[in-house]
Amino acid sequence: MSRIVGIDLGTTNSLVAYMKEGHPCVIPGRNERTMVPSVVAMTDNGLIVGDPAKEHLTRNPERTVYSVKRFMGKALEDVQGELAYFPYSLTEQGGVIRIKLGEKSYSPPQISAMILKELKQRAEEHLGESITKAVITVPAYFNDSQRQATKDAGMIAGLDVLRIINEPTAASLAYGLQEKTQGTIAVYDFGGGTFDISILKLKNGIFEVLATNGDTHLGGDDLDREIANLFLADILRQHGIDLSAYPDHMQTIRLEAERAKIQLSDELKTQVSVELPDNKGRFTRELTRDQLEALTMGIIERTLTPCRLALKDAGLTPDAIDEIVLVGGSTRMPLVRQRVQELFGKAPHCEINPDEVVALGAAVQADILSGGTTDMLLLDVTPLSLGIETMGGVMSSLIRRNTTIPASAKEMFTTYVDGQTGVDIHILQGERELANDNRSLAKFRLKVPPLPAGVPRIEVTFLIDANGILNVKASDMRTGQSQSIEVKPSYGLSDREVEQMIEDSFKFAVEDVSARKLIETRLEAGALITTTEKSLSEGRRLVAPEEVTAIQAALSALATAKDGNDPRAIRARMADLERSAQRLTVAMLNDSLTRGLQGKKVSDLT
Amino acid sequence: MNDNKGNGMDHHHTHSSNPRELQMARSMCWHCQSEVSGEYFCDRCVKVQPVSKETDYFTCFGFPRRLTIDPSKLEAKFYELSRAFHPDFYQNKSETEQTISLGNSATLNSAYRTLRDPIQRAEYLLDLEAGAVKEIRNSPPADLFEEILELQDTLNEYRAADRTSEIGQQLRAKLQAEQLTLEQRKQDMETGLQQLFTDWDALQDRGDATSQSRTERDRLLKQMREILSNRTYVKSIVNDLVATIG
Repeated sequence: MSRIVGIDLGTTNSLVAYMKEGHPCVIPGRNERTMVPSVVAMTDNGLIVGDPAKEHLTRNPERTVYSVKRFMGKALEDVQGELAYFPYSLTEQGGVIRIKLGEKSYSPPQISAMILKELKQRAEEHLGESITKAVITVPAYFNDSQRQATKDAGMIAGLDVLRIINEPTAASLAYGLQEKTQGTIAVYDFGGGTFDISILKLKNGIFEVLATNGDTHLGGDDLDREIANLFLADILRQHGIDLSAYPDHMQTIRLEAERAKIQLSDELKTQVSVELPDNKGRFTRELTRDQLEALTMGIIERTLTPCRLALKDAGLTPDAIDEIVLVGGSTRMPLVRQRVQELFGKAPHCEINPDEVVALGAAVQADILSGGTTDMLLLDVTPLSLGIETMGGVMSSLIRRNTTIPASAKEMFTTYVDGQTGVDIHILQGERELANDNRSLAKFRLKVPPLPAGVPRIEVTFLIDANGILNVKASDMRTGQSQSIEVKPSYGLSDREVEQMIEDSFKFAVEDVSARKLIETRLEAGALITTTEKSLSEGRRLVAPEEVTAIQAALSALATAKDGNDPRAIRARMADLERSAQRLTVAMLNDSLTRGLQGKKVSDLT
Repeated sequence: MNDNKGNGMDHHHTHSSNPRELQMARSMCWHCQSEVSGEYFCDRCVKVQPVSKETDYFTCFGFPRRLTIDPSKLEAKFYELSRAFHPDFYQNKSETEQTISLGNSATLNSAYRTLRDPIQRAEYLLDLEAGAVKEIRNSPPADLFEEILELQDTLNEYRAADRTSEIGQQLRAKLQAEQLTLEQRKQDMETGLQQLFTDWDALQDRGDATSQSRTERDRLLKQMREILSNRTYVKSIVNDLVATIG
């Protein structure tokens, strides 16, 4: 079986890891850094990803996408509140957000696919083999649409996504492998954009998740925003400048806020300094850790409610937790560690780099799937209840949250009217009573044979697979025939759209390569024209007039080809020109040698 | 928020409708057509076999149909079967085997969830032994009928009243007292159930087929059904109370 890599597709940074002789390790890039910033920029020379793209955040903010994970599996209305914070423009098509980058619009899975391709390439270069299979991690609290969007991203990137696993449980695998821990552990995962808490029981190599909870819209980004808002208010007050009109400076402020936050994990104060637009000087101030903590306390507090709910669902009190594991860059903040310690009454673990532990765990899971590791097994749960809309717009729960996956439920459907040929089914995910308050996953119409009311009996099976993704099957109990169901996702790409995007991605890749070839060839052609014209003006006297005419004809033929789009035609005309100018070139060389070497010919010198 | 602990009524969707005859069926291996005898892997070609729709949860775990189960034994068996069925271990296998692994894992997980909780376990057994578990639903205990009607009135009064007023405070105190009474009542029912479970297991262990034992069996099932119904009812009232007075 070919190699499977583990990928942490993060809000802020992404990583790829693999299992090397029984130990997971993260693959560094050429710059030796293990993290690829999850940033994609559209430049005049095409799309770029990672560290070079990050530089475009301030140079080219409208065409540089960051934190795209926040938009995975979402509609525009879901993110209405934070649109103002993003410099790039968002639209929606068929329940899926589209991000405008130059001429084209891209769905979040397409942008994520660009990041995945970068990681894929990095792994291929490092391992010297083609990589086509991956395990990708997602926040435990991701719903079906968000998971599906992640799987779509993998497919668009040319990866067969063998498993979607939850980030906190991936982290527990990395810890479990290293520490051989037994007992009950809580994984507190506070990342760039999402928060998860998972409570697991570890026993004899089985990692059984008891409960999970979280908030897919709560992370380091939100902390940065609080800090940035403070700076913006200061700037408005002190300098009378409203920076929101300057997208590039808004990005500078955001990055400075992030930098200050990171520094305040180690220091008690930091100096903030940002250049203001229109030569208005600099904004400087001091930010202390106390000020930072006062500013972010509310957000950090919001992580504790999911912790309490997860404990309740697991039927445990905080003192029943043997160990706490910290995951995600935001857990480096002293206040976060302090609050976690207070809640659970013991000091948390952070021996494994919190930025890398998820990718390492994904590599362990990849190794389990490829049959390398056989003593470990992860039994995860579905984070949200799954149900259907019933009469009166109420949600009827079929699979409860925190049910171990794979999980299935069967429901029988019949008709209310004679001759009725279809039953509409609306699938929901969430914990609220009313259908409208929950997430709509999909709608489909069950085909029913026309019979008297109540006679048809169609059994629908809802199956949540090991990826936490829903599959639906229906069978007619009277005939025993199963029917295929075309489920239209409420907030996702259709199969056809994904296929189109895979095709496009392939086409773009080919287009990109040929575009680069064309540009390079044009440059070379331009250089050749310049040197030939120079030779011609200097050495016209050295060749026959017919040859001058021939060279001039070849020059104009190349100039025409250079304006075209065919690199091969340009190459052909370049060869023509070189051939017609050969005598001129040799003559010029001889001439300069003659002058330099007093009458000796080139042939005499050899 | 939904309470997902101990409330078996929420899970009846996952039960098969009426599996009365529940011996693990001897059947043919889907792969090599040889006879499969009882376990989950073909003796000859070692391919995984689908857990039959007729296999009840007790049989699935290889446990007798008893109401007292050692949780650690149940867990050990769950882990063992998880290692046998989980899709993680079928990644390199054929599509058929992957489908079987997925289905078996889902069944195993449902079985474990049901058998792990004593109340759900009893409700499931009632369904197997007497059918129609859906009838165990929200019937008020006869002797509490009056009291519960009065409680509903008090609840309505409290909801309408100004909660900070003296009357509001009085009503709240009354409801809190009711809550304690009902919780005690629920506790008593669970103790009663525990006794019935023990009686049931003893009767099964004796294994005699006299008409007297059949009468005893029916009596136990009937009592269990009644207490389970009452308990569900009282539980929902208590939840209602807690939601109202906080």
